[in-house]
Amino acid sequence: MSGWLYVLPALGVYAWLVIQPFALSVQYSFYQWNGIGPSKWVGFDNYIEVFSDPNRLGAIANAFKLMFFYTVLAVALALLAAAVTRGMTSRWGRVSQTVLFLPQVIPLVGAGIAWEWLYQPQGPINETLRAIGLGALAKPWLSDFDTALPAVGFVGTWLLIGLCTMLLSTGMGKIDSTLYDAAKVDGAGPVREFFAVTLPGVRAELTVCVTVTLIAALASFDVVYVMTKGGPGVATMVPGMDIYTIAFAQNRIGAASAMAVVLMILVLIVVIPVQRLMAEKR
Amino acid sequence: MSTIRTSPPRPWTGRIVLFLLVIITLAPFVALIGTALQPSGTVPTGLTIPSPPHFENFVTAFQVAQLPTLMFSSALLVVMVVPAAILLVVMAAYGIVQLRIPGAPFVFLLFLLGLTIPYESLITPLYYLMRDAHLVNTRFAIALPLIALYLPFGVFWMRAHFLGVPKELGEAASIDGAGSWKALRYIHLPVAAPAIASLAVLFSLWTWNQFIIALVMMDDPLKRTVAGALGAFQGEHSTDLVLICAAAVLMMLPTILVFIFLQKLFVSALLQGSVKG
Repeated sequence: MSGWLYVLPALGVYAWLVIQPFALSVQYSFYQWNGIGPSKWVGFDNYIEVFSDPNRLGAIANAFKLMFFYTVLAVALALLAAAVTRGMTSRWGRVSQTVLFLPQVIPLVGAGIAWEWLYQPQGPINETLRAIGLGALAKPWLSDFDTALPAVGFVGTWLLIGLCTMLLSTGMGKIDSTLYDAAKVDGAGPVREFFAVTLPGVRAELTVCVTVTLIAALASFDVVYVMTKGGPGVATMVPGMDIYTIAFAQNRIGAASAMAVVLMILVLIVVIPVQRLMAEKR
Repeated sequence: MSTIRTSPPRPWTGRIVLFLLVIITLAPFVALIGTALQPSGTVPTGLTIPSPPHFENFVTAFQVAQLPTLMFSSALLVVMVVPAAILLVVMAAYGIVQLRIPGAPFVFLLFLLGLTIPYESLITPLYYLMRDAHLVNTRFAIALPLIALYLPFGVFWMRAHFLGVPKELGEAASIDGAGSWKALRYIHLPVAAPAIASLAVLFSLWTWNQFIIALVMMDDPLKRTVAGALGAFQGEHSTDLVLICAAAVLMMLPTILVFIFLQKLFVSALLQGSVKG
């Protein structure tokens, strides 16, 4: 029993500052409260707001749209990059490994500032387009309702592609090389080789990439806060930014908490099937 | 990792793809530095090469952003958070795995659930908990929640380490009659040092770069993390793009430099970190 003495300090802190706030989020979500005055029980009203107010629904929809950039695009490009660079052990490979990791070590806020400048009307992206005669495509990417969300999403691709490439490269390095010999004997070209040997060989790493990037898409905050604050209008509003705004700008703690609970459930709904699907086949 | 390749990679395709990836990854940094070197107070356009480069912008940004104060504040937070979090998770994982406490699987599952909770989902109640404890606007309001929020991952990480430790090690300790504390201190800790070092790198990086908790808990940007202060700096000086870019470069520099020096440790920690996470 003395073993419990080792676990209790961590468990105590965890209960105080993770489990308790989790329970409080659920509790607040059934009340109308401005954070200072008296609170009023409102039943499921806050949840009804989450699922009927176009702003709340829009934020949730945006989180799912971000998955295309954070997960689909980043993981697909990383798979391609890892597959074509498989076995590259030159000095070049090591230098690029360092570079690809840079987005992982800088504050996301810094990345947001850099990208906000890239997207400016007179910024490098538009100026490049003009310089190569594609000036017609230049636009204020972050203040255009149609391009703002993809523009923010691409920052996610940029952030995660290096991490995923590295993870998948590590996985591919562990694949038994006789499998490639066998594929060669069977006359498999690079494409068939990829689907027959490489892809099944990195299932575990792929699961990790998909899980990590899905959570990053659902819980995005820093980049959105710095680049758009959810605007123009609510074009780039995401659940995290929405919770922050409702709670600390509008002082509607109940509504923010309902959104917070929905976000936690969304993460579980998205992550658990991925884990089970990928684990089953192992 | 074996380096024997029977199916040689297509060298040119590989190099071109890698080259493109590297260019795309570096482009924002190059753009940021290029803009930081423009004449201060001007509205730069995208592709102008600064001539002459205005290096004094970095000096101005260093002073205006009060960088030494910010670095000290971030470092202080790292010191408040990382050792405490490490101590808690090492003890907890040791209890769960090596001492096989009754109910260990349940305790572990409880911690595991915390891995999926986005910080945004806890930020509101955490703010009111800290307010009621009269800690808001002190660094404790940033440090305490961070320690707690790192526990699920830390316990997960150290549990994986202790599961990999040969059974003989723990048994040898109990035959020696060493108490569980002595066994942890003198036998398990030295073996766990690499795992702990990686975890410390991750915790330090997360703390240094932490944004939302610092933003909510601390009104004074100078007492936040570097990342939290950078967000405020951007808001205050939104008209002076050159200054913002110079400050952003300076604020990113420490993690980049430390990363380049401790590259092996960082890469392996981040890769293992995402695998275990």
